[in-house]
Amino acid sequence: MTLAPLPHRIAARRQETGDVWTLALEPEGPGLPAFAPGQFAMLHAFGAGEVPISISAGLERPAPLHHTVRAAGTVTSALCDLREGAYVGVRGPYGRAWPVAEAEGRDVVIVAGGIGLAPLRPVIHHVLAHRERFGRLALAYGSRSPADLLFRDELAAWRARPDIDVAVTVDRATPAWRGRVGVVTTVLPPPAVDPAGAVAFLCGPEVMMRFAAAALRDAGLPGTAIHVSLERNMVCAVGHCGHCQLRELFVCKDGPVFCHDEVAALLRRREL
Amino acid sequence: MRTIAELLADVPVLADLPPEQRATIAGCGHLAVFERDAWLLREGDPADRFYVIREGAVAIETFAPQRGAVTLQTLHAGDVVGWSWLVAPYRTAHDARAVERTHAIVFDGACLRDKCDRDPALGYAVLQRFAAVIVERLQRTRLQVLDLYDPASGT
Repeated sequence: MTLAPLPHRIAARRQETGDVWTLALEPEGPGLPAFAPGQFAMLHAFGAGEVPISISAGLERPAPLHHTVRAAGTVTSALCDLREGAYVGVRGPYGRAWPVAEAEGRDVVIVAGGIGLAPLRPVIHHVLAHRERFGRLALAYGSRSPADLLFRDELAAWRARPDIDVAVTVDRATPAWRGRVGVVTTVLPPPAVDPAGAVAFLCGPEVMMRFAAAALRDAGLPGTAIHVSLERNMVCAVGHCGHCQLRELFVCKDGPVFCHDEVAALLRRREL
Repeated sequence: MRTIAELLADVPVLADLPPEQRATIAGCGHLAVFERDAWLLREGDPADRFYVIREGAVAIETFAPQRGAVTLQTLHAGDVVGWSWLVAPYRTAHDARAVERTHAIVFDGACLRDKCDRDPALGYAVLQRFAAVIVERLQRTRLQVLDLYDPASGT
């Protein structure tokens, strides 16, 4: 692991929604170690700054790293504005990954809200690539509107598969939308899954995760089987600077993936 | 073919009622099928019925000038559609439209209100279960109002 960003070339970029882009990054030289699902990299937009972005595909080298970025601030907007062939700095992988091995032999529930689907996408790829190792797989995905849905081609492909249950719901429908309308908790727990033996991975706005975790607990999932990915202001990414601190936890180093039991009380503390 | 009382045993919000109470409620119901775009409820109409969806999907809608019909939420198998029949002035608050072919149990609201008036234990049980539905919908609506995925929220 290095603290110096390694130059990566944007090999491809794809617009997912009006303000979300996926960048495929190829290293100059040997590149970084392999990422695990849920880990993140610090992406450096030269002249603008650095931001933590989870990997959204491309775990194994030499495949390009994929990072899905929403243009929400100065640095992320600069990243989204870069064209193919441009260079960004990348350092990582950082942070605790989704405990995918713990889910082997069990049903897997993926709960994603908004751009939170991006850090969970590698988990779905992994489970689908090793389907025989896992029980039933269910994805509950909530989005603001139909136009904000990420990875639409992939969602359609997943829906067509018999070995994954996909429920997509939007908070605000358009007249052309024929799918579900309502918050993501309306599709929890997924009917195909046995809650008592399942493992759940949640990523999205913290309020959404609080209510989704509560719905899963009510359905019988123990808190130890629910894992959430937190977002804080990561700067150094190695647990030194304290910008991302959540009381005694460094989200960059101890997380960003936490067992819900570890952080549930902290997430209710307004002072944090 | 299963009776309505038997079907109600599969409806989450009514499943824990004693069989005799489910049978009493079932006496106010009949089965119906709604084609896509058929109206189950119309805003402003007398609220004289409610539904339990067996299969399909129903959109709760309101009409907004300049925007047209706005879907507030969709309801699916096992969900209850309509609670205005329970509360005065018994006027339907929103439109309900089948968004696909929908099988439902239709309940006569006045019939069930009358049975609840005559049997307070049944009335309390029904109120408890509809209160749970209303609270759940209110909580979901509060989350929708929060606009969780607003890009300005930073997540």
